[in-house]
Amino acid sequence: MSDRTLEAEEQPVFYQTGEEGPAHAGGGTLLGFWIYLMSDALIFASLFATFGVLSSSFAGGPTPRDFVDLNLVALNTAILLVSALTCGLAMIAMHQGRLAALRSWLIVTALLGAAFVAIEMHEFGNMIAEGATPQRSGYLSAFFTLVGTHGLHVTLGVVWIAVMLVQLGQRGLHHDNRRRLLCLSMFWHFLDVIWIGVFTFVYLLGVL
Amino acid sequence: MTESITKAIFGRLSWESFPVHEPILLWTFIVVLLLGAGIVGAVSYFRLWGWLWREWLTSVDHKKIGIMYMILGIVMLLRGFADALMMRLQQAMAFGASEGYLNAHHYDQIFTAHGTIMIFFVAIPLIVGIVNYVMPLQIGARDVAFPFLNSLSLWLTVAGALLVMISLFVGEFSRAGWLNYVPVANLANSPDTGPDYYLWALQIAGIGTTLSAINMVTTILKMRAPGMTLMKMPIFTWTALCSNVLAIAIFPALTGAFAMLMLDRYVGTNFFTNDFGGNPMMYWNLVWLWGHPEVYVLILPVFGIYSEVTSTFCGKRLFGYSSMVYASVVITILSYLVWLHHFFTMGAGASVNSFFGIATMVISIPTGAKIFNWLFTMYRGQIRYELPMMWVVAFMLTFVVGGMTGVLLAVPPADFVLHNSLFLVAHFHNVIIGGVVFGLFAGMYYWFPKAFGFRLDPFWGKISFWGWVAGYWVAWTPIYIVGLMGTTRRVRQFDDPSLQIWFIIAGIGALIILVGILAFVIQIAVSIKNRKQLRDTTGDPWDGRTLEWSTPSPPPFYNFAFTPVVHDQDAWYDMKQRGARQPEGGYRPIHMPRNTGAGIILSGLAFILGFAMIWYMWWLAAAAAIAIFAVAIGHTFNYNRDYFVPSEEVARIEAAAARP
Repeated sequence: MSDRTLEAEEQPVFYQTGEEGPAHAGGGTLLGFWIYLMSDALIFASLFATFGVLSSSFAGGPTPRDFVDLNLVALNTAILLVSALTCGLAMIAMHQGRLAALRSWLIVTALLGAAFVAIEMHEFGNMIAEGATPQRSGYLSAFFTLVGTHGLHVTLGVVWIAVMLVQLGQRGLHHDNRRRLLCLSMFWHFLDVIWIGVFTFVYLLGVL
Repeated sequence: MTESITKAIFGRLSWESFPVHEPILLWTFIVVLLLGAGIVGAVSYFRLWGWLWREWLTSVDHKKIGIMYMILGIVMLLRGFADALMMRLQQAMAFGASEGYLNAHHYDQIFTAHGTIMIFFVAIPLIVGIVNYVMPLQIGARDVAFPFLNSLSLWLTVAGALLVMISLFVGEFSRAGWLNYVPVANLANSPDTGPDYYLWALQIAGIGTTLSAINMVTTILKMRAPGMTLMKMPIFTWTALCSNVLAIAIFPALTGAFAMLMLDRYVGTNFFTNDFGGNPMMYWNLVWLWGHPEVYVLILPVFGIYSEVTSTFCGKRLFGYSSMVYASVVITILSYLVWLHHFFTMGAGASVNSFFGIATMVISIPTGAKIFNWLFTMYRGQIRYELPMMWVVAFMLTFVVGGMTGVLLAVPPADFVLHNSLFLVAHFHNVIIGGVVFGLFAGMYYWFPKAFGFRLDPFWGKISFWGWVAGYWVAWTPIYIVGLMGTTRRVRQFDDPSLQIWFIIAGIGALIILVGILAFVIQIAVSIKNRKQLRDTTGDPWDGRTLEWSTPSPPPFYNFAFTPVVHDQDAWYDMKQRGARQPEGGYRPIHMPRNTGAGIILSGLAFILGFAMIWYMWWLAAAAAIAIFAVAIGHTFNYNRDYFVPSEEVARIEAAAARP
């Protein structure tokens, strides 16, 4: 043992001459995407903070008790949580190499995401029809921006799934496609986590 | 009828938007046009467009991207400094009955543009540029983690800079201060294009900076050479890591604040308005939650530069490496907890103000530790006073004063007296010029031979050095003095004639700094002319200690033919001591990313989107947004993004490279 240490000190290796791994290890993309998600979480943090500061700035306008339909929000929450499950099932299918199952679960996930956005748009439409517009008060500005930014993310996630479906059709379980799908699933679960915050702080605390 | 059609096409852009009645702007515009025509003509005459496109504009090489960031920063420095000279001249003239030569409308735009440009388009590009160039070489990597993203970051920053520059000649820039403060920047108070130029330029550039920070952190964490554990990383890489982690943590707050102000201005929401429940101070909180850490984003990598330069030019291992690392990390965390000291006068109450005041003062402890580490590195070292080391000494003498006035301002009762005074302005110029700018010069002189294969001419470098250092003190000491007497900032005209002499001295100081800047430009020209005499044939002109000096100058595009294996903090010094030689054969194919035009195309579209939104050309904005989506999605269909450099090619390049 000690002999070998001495030998290593006499002749250290200063240059890698043998076979090298790929210059861009796949783990880098996942770490980078994770860091991006953290920065996105901080954008939401700034929106949550603003919402907190403006949470009682109704300016004589409608308060959450006037327009929130908790049943509808509960339905939407359930839809998004189920879509997280189907997204997870899609990932399992990918790891098992079952392309058809993967595509089906992705389609289900996208449909659930689209339903979520549609119900949210319905809710926004009702609010605007009743005069609870984003311009009405600081509170409503913060409400629409926070909830709407989450909805915009879900919309982009649905577009992303659509693009992935095309690329899966073209190249199947290509190495790059697998990596992209892993990022997509992180993105989707991230939106779930944000929604838990929105549901709790915007809807439940606003009404209860 | 025609009016509504013109409005539909051009939005609020009209002939009145071009400030032809302002002679200063008209002349600037003519000069810029002539310069631009000259450059375009020269590139066309020498048939360089293809070369420019292939080798630079579409390049994903971190070294070329770093150099382009530096060029952007230096060009914008000239613009920002021109603004500074105009302000100094105005303040030296406008006393008593004299109105000076700038009207209030124009003067307010100038101080806003000066601050915005100097921070966002000079300091940030220069820092990002140096990190981009040096860090991958220091960690023994062949590129960054996301080469395409790197190119996109650069061009988004350029698009933002272009928007700020265009505001000189089309419409006007913001008059609301360098952070575009509400309520001045609210639609009710600034219905013009100024705040919109500001918001779109910085939003576009800010996305670039955030992406770049994500890229750098991933690179440092994932792509270090074998053997380089975290506590064996070069200190510059450590500070780059801290700085970029901090950038990721703060830029989202700025993006959020700007997005909400955009909604206020475009959609009519009430985040930061004075009525309907809006809260202007929320904007201040969010932008300063970005703003204070931002100065540490700038200064931390510069502390790394000082550390590398001190260690190299004293011929010694850096004193207190691990305390340097911990100090950087502590500064990173603390800088996030001090933003409220920018508005102690808001009225948050004594306990809140005490917390932020004490947190601010505590930052001086790790910073002070760094100063002592540099001094102890110099102690009994063989100090070589080459240009980079001269900047380090000038920095230590200048920065300590700025640090002490900073601690003074951190005391809330003192801040109530000095808030928004010229004393504050002198303080932050003291730390930004004496800290960030001096360090950037040290870094540019230090790594220039690595990037271009020849040194910068020392004679003109010394003139530039003395111009900057002497000019700094002559320009800012009088501002400290009048600030202490109570003069407030952002003032165009003064009543009290007894103050005039101080502003005249400050103006002379600015002229001395101008000598320093001109000498720097001359120095680059002279060095290019004399590049044969100044050539660095060794790759290691300063007897360096870190891995970037193990490559030829300039390094081949793949950086390292063989990835180095690290055994020591000062990896290259260790290799030299133990006689390590790079193998002269047995090269292997090298995996490299392909160039792509997607970055510059997306950024060009982002520029069009910004311009169209500023001028309310909704059709153009919609078209640009759709095009951005199309190009971004289309780019993901390109799976052919990398290739292998054949080993014969590597052998040919290595044989031609200059090595001792």
